Amino acid sequence: MAFASQSASPGALPDDGTIARRRRAMALCADAERSDLEAILAALRCEDGVEDLRRPETGLVMVRGRMGGDGAPFNFGEATVTRAVVRLASGEVGFAYQLGRDAPKARMAAIIDALLQNPLRSLETDMALSPLEQRLSAERALRERRTAATRVNFYTMVRGED
Amino acid sequence: MYVAVKGGEAAIDNAHRLLAHARRGDPSVPELSIAQIAEQLALLVDRVMTEGSLYDRQLAALALKQARGDLIEAVFLVRAFRTTLPRFGYSEPVGTARMEIRRRISATYKDLPGGQVLGPTFDYTHRLLDFVLAANGEEPVPPAEADVPQDEGGTPRVTDLLDAEGLIEASSAALDGSPVGDITREPLSFPAERDLRLQALARGDEGFVLALGYSTQRGYGRTHPFVGEVRVGEVEVEFTPEELGFAVPLGRITVTECQMVSQFKGSAAVPPQFTRGYGLVFGQSERKAMAMSLVDRSLRARELGEDVVAPAQDEEFVLSHADNLQATGFVEHLKLPHYVDFQAELDLVRRMRAEHERGQAIPLSEAAE
Repeated sequence: MAFASQSASPGALPDDGTIARRRRAMALCADAERSDLEAILAALRCEDGVEDLRRPETGLVMVRGRMGGDGAPFNFGEATVTRAVVRLASGEVGFAYQLGRDAPKARMAAIIDALLQNPLRSLETDMALSPLEQRLSAERALRERRTAATRVNFYTMVRGED
Repeated sequence: MYVAVKGGEAAIDNAHRLLAHARRGDPSVPELSIAQIAEQLALLVDRVMTEGSLYDRQLAALALKQARGDLIEAVFLVRAFRTTLPRFGYSEPVGTARMEIRRRISATYKDLPGGQVLGPTFDYTHRLLDFVLAANGEEPVPPAEADVPQDEGGTPRVTDLLDAEGLIEASSAALDGSPVGDITREPLSFPAERDLRLQALARGDEGFVLALGYSTQRGYGRTHPFVGEVRVGEVEVEFTPEELGFAVPLGRITVTECQMVSQFKGSAAVPPQFTRGYGLVFGQSERKAMAMSLVDRSLRARELGEDVVAPAQDEEFVLSHADNLQATGFVEHLKLPHYVDFQAELDLVRRMRAEHERGQAIPLSEAAE
């Protein structure tokens, strides 16, 4: 909560649109390679004046499932997660929480999250993420096409002899 | 009892140097990289993640390399590493209904809505050794591709289909605010509720859980099971940090889920219907997920009013022995110096023999000490 109170627009909860855009960016950054984020930040030129409010730190999140897939929750195992919090010179506070132990990647994701909250930078940040989004969705489409080729139809043979 | 010993430092150091040498093997053979293990021994890595109870492919691969491929030693390394990390919290429950499916099969419905896809499976292979692999031969042919059928209402769980007729029990819903048990925070005590049982089974030794599942099929607590569905694929993990107040997508993990459907003869209050066992594990491991779902169902005996007559229905027996790290710790500690202990036993046996020669038996309670 301490970090949230330092946000550029204290008191004003972001509207759903902002949260949806930040969540989209967070999902993309989580799936990205470190080199993808390096390229995006190089294009956006914003490394100046980034302050680390929380240096990247690796910890654990206990992953939950549901009994039967849709019932009461249970804990089924942990995953490594790395988090980072940064503040831009313009005041926006960006967060990253992502699977794995890649500290530089988490810090870059936090910068991207901060940029998205800056009214002057959010549009170009969204656009800078689009090629990554296209690549990831093309990869997913290829995986789905390969899986679809293994679709199977079993036929039941009539049993018995008449 | 184990009594501390001292000495042997030089021998221990040298043994560890020799271990590092043995681990590397013949230096004329190229060294394995972590990436090679993670990519090419993927199912072994999945197993270390599941039984180590930590999803991190690179760490599991490193543990396997360090452990010379000893699975339980690798689990030990992973479990030890996790104790060095802070816990940020608990994820939102993963939504397996929204899985990006790589494999999905059902033994109960051939025309399952959403379809069946085989994915990368050993099923229907001929189990003939492929000597082309031994020769580091040909690149595999690229996978076939096919159009993805347009979404016809997603891929509902098979149990939802039976649900519509009321033929299958509904999943137990979460009670508001009821805490979710966590065996990494509090040691197991008995009776253990289903959340704890599932957590212990998920990290349980695959061989042990498999053998218990098998025992139920052979008649030791029979449940007449069918695989309603097995699905493998990627699910998004979401976590709500306190300071953000909304769910953050952390990335995606591969999981295997099994819905086992079993007969239930009903009771005074409940008409006959199908009951369910559930399995959920990291990575692609349908053997483990299926075995887990069989044992989950067996362990529901108490809840369903069934007689507890078989090992797989006895939660204290199953859960106390499912963890391979605990098991190996207790079994392998026997090789540590027990000199004092054994001296005491020697004395006792000598006394017993002397008494025996005099024709007098020693009381059993003392002998068993």
